[in-house]
This record gives sequence, structure tokens and C-alpha cells, in this order.
Amino acid sequence: MVTATAWAVAAGTPDPELPMLTVADLGILRDVEQEGNAVVVTITPTYSGCPALPEIAADLRHRLGTAGFAPVEVRTRLAPAWTSDWITADGRRKLEQAGIAPPGPATRRTGPVPLTLLTGPTSGPTVTCPQCGSRLTTRTAQFGATACKALYRCENCHEPFEYVKEI
Amino acid sequence: MIENDNPYDLLAVENDDHRWAFGTGFTDPLAGVDVTIPDGVDAAALAQYCLMLGDDALILSHRLQQWIARLPELEEETAVANIALDLLGQARMLLARAAAADPALGADEDRLAFFRSEGQFRNVRLVERADADFAELVGRLLVFSAWRLALFEHLVGGADQVLAAIAAKGVNELAYHRDYAGQWVIRLGDGTELSRERMRRALTVIWPLVPELFAIHQVEQRLPGVAADAASLRPAFDAVLDQVLAAAGLHRPDAAPLAAIRNRQGRDGVHTEALGYVLAELQAVARAHPDATW
Repeated sequence: MVTATAWAVAAGTPDPELPMLTVADLGILRDVEQEGNAVVVTITPTYSGCPALPEIAADLRHRLGTAGFAPVEVRTRLAPAWTSDWITADGRRKLEQAGIAPPGPATRRTGPVPLTLLTGPTSGPTVTCPQCGSRLTTRTAQFGATACKALYRCENCHEPFEYVKEI
Repeated sequence: MIENDNPYDLLAVENDDHRWAFGTGFTDPLAGVDVTIPDGVDAAALAQYCLMLGDDALILSHRLQQWIARLPELEEETAVANIALDLLGQARMLLARAAAADPALGADEDRLAFFRSEGQFRNVRLVERADADFAELVGRLLVFSAWRLALFEHLVGGADQVLAAIAAKGVNELAYHRDYAGQWVIRLGDGTELSRERMRRALTVIWPLVPELFAIHQVEQRLPGVAADAASLRPAFDAVLDQVLAAAGLHRPDAAPLAAIRNRQGRDGVHTEALGYVLAELQAVARAHPDATW
């Protein structure tokens, strides 16, 4: 089945920043369809300014082209907005193996977003250390090298690690 | 399967596409998104409204970017850089949507960002000034984020699907921005005598620019069911500011609003001197070499 193979090829595309994960693991890859003689791939950006999206699109076109699917069109779908809940169980496992703490469940709310003002070592969600498993971890920064991650330190094994924020 | 050690190599693949040297137009942020204007929505007004919201984010992003390599801690560098990036992404989508809704404004996001003159920008004046210190940075970011979050929460249910989608994406990001700024305002306000004084002074500088955020504009009035009623955002904004200022031990300054010029303010293209410096830095090279490609 053409579409199933195309999906498999597209789903193997790694995320440029977290190369242990594929775009399917992250929930970025939304759809792969045949439209006429073209294969249309639909992706959803994680954050508004995510700079990896052009690379992902280029990589998708390249991989599908090499696998014999041409022409390829990459489309952006903005709604529903990407949430870290779309990261698959497989993706979370791979993150942990790579020493990055996976996100907890993103809170679904219907009203205005409540203000989070607690500061100090107890602020931020409780995160398990991917190295030693301890929950005695401290958030050192709300933003990391990429928009999607925060920086934590384990008070048990003293290793720093990154955490994918729930959004 | 071709193995690529460096995924960025793919961007250097030889092809016949010559990319304009200064913009980002080779990756359309709305590629494949249905940008049809819904029935009954004034297209020209919708384009202006998207410009307004896009310019707010574009100019503030630029001011935040100017702080990079000058912030007190590495953690603040990553935070401000990421906040600026989120806002730039929102600006790109909004400007692209404006261009799609009314091509007479400019062909695409790049034309709009790099080749409009000051009088054609539609941002509020709050975003124009250069922060004198870190207290002004977090103070202005708190005010801007709390306001924009209330605005975006309203837009999520609007009649224009594209604007609603951009807002839905932005809401969660703005919540992080607001909380980051709020925590710093508290830490500075409820800190040393020096930090409290700097934070107090920063608020007196910022506050004259707050009333403009809630002034209803005629573009908004031409977009019922799409645009947010600016005045209706005030209670949500006040609730957040009350909470933060109380925790910080600070008070709202007694400051007169920055005057309009013959009833015209930022949304009408009448800006402070500071915007000129932002645009000079943002646009100078592109304007000097408008046809450069790479």
C-alpha cells in the first residue's frame, strides 16, 4: 500500500534537535496522504518559533524522494495545537534512555491559565532523575537550549539533566 | 536509507531555488494552511488586525534579542532567547496571515517585516522602548505577556480559524513567559532595598504605556466575533498584576498615560522615537541590498 510505505518512510525522520526521536515519536507527523500523483505530508509545529520545522520538512522531502515518492508536498497544520501529550510512550522511553526527563501530562483547562508564582527549589513540576530515579530534583532554569526544555539538577546523584516541559 | 550525520546538510542541497538573503520566506509558516477568509469577515480589517498583533510580537522580540549576551545569568540568556523566539514565531505566522488576507499590504511576511516604514507599523508603543535595566525587562515582559495572554485566550474561540489556531498555539507559550516575568518581578520587589527601588522605578516608566493596551480601536470594531474587545481584557490583566504586585510588595504607579498625538497612537502608526532605532537595525541591511539572494 503506497500510503502505508510512505508513512513508514516519513515516520522514520529524526528530530534534528533530539535525534533519538522521530517525528512520529514526537507527534509532529500528523498525516501522509496521496493526492493525485503527489504525496502530501502534514506536520504540526511544536512551538510557534520552532526553528527545526524547515529542517524536518526538507528531510521529509529528501527521504520520500529517495524512496521513490515524488512529488512531495509538506503542509503545516496549526490546529489542534501540538501538546507534549502527543509524545508517544516509545518517545518517552527513548528520551529517558538519552538522559532527558520526559514530560508529565499537560493540564487541560477550559478557563484562563492560572499564574504560577512559587519561586525557589520547590517550584516547577516534580521530575524524576533519568540517571538515578530519585524525585529529589531541583529546577535550575525554566528554559533550556531549546524552547521545549527546562534544566534540572538531581540532589541525589548531583547530575544535571534536561526536562521536556509539558505544554 | 541515506544516513545523515548532520540534518542541516540537507539545507545546502544544490537546487535552482535562490533564496532571498535576509528573510525566512523560503519556509512559509502557513504552508498548506487554509487561509480563506470566513464569510462575513472584513478581509482588510482582518489583515490590519493580524498586523497589529504581529507587529507587537515582532518589535518586542527584537528588543528582547538585543539583550542576548548582556543578561546577568546564563539561565536568563536561555529564557529571554526562547521567549524572543516564541514571539518571533507568532509574529511570522501573524504577518503571513496578514499578507494572505490582504495582498495589497505586502506580498509576504518578509516584505511586511523588512520594507514597511515606521508609520505603517501597527504595534502598541509599549514594545518600542529599549529597557534601561533588567527590572524594566521583566516589568515590561510581565505587562505585555499578561495582556497578550488574556487577548489570545479570547481569540481562541474566534471566527477566523487561522487566527484561532495561532492563538491556541500562543496561549501556552505566553503562560510560560508571563510566569517567568512575574517570578522575577516578585524576586526583585521582595528582594533588597536596591532591587525594590529598581523594580519600583521600572514600573513608573512602564505604566504610562498600559492604558493604550485597552483602548478599543476601530479595526477591532470592524471584526465582531473575530477580534477581542480590548477594554474587556482589563479585568483579567488587573487580576494578574494585582497578584504579582501584592507578592512583590509593590504598588501600581500613579502615572498619567502617554499622550496620543491628535488622537492617534501606536495602532494608528504614530510611534515613539524608539521604534526608529529598532527598524533601523532590523531593516537597514535588507534595504541596502533588496535583491540579494543566496
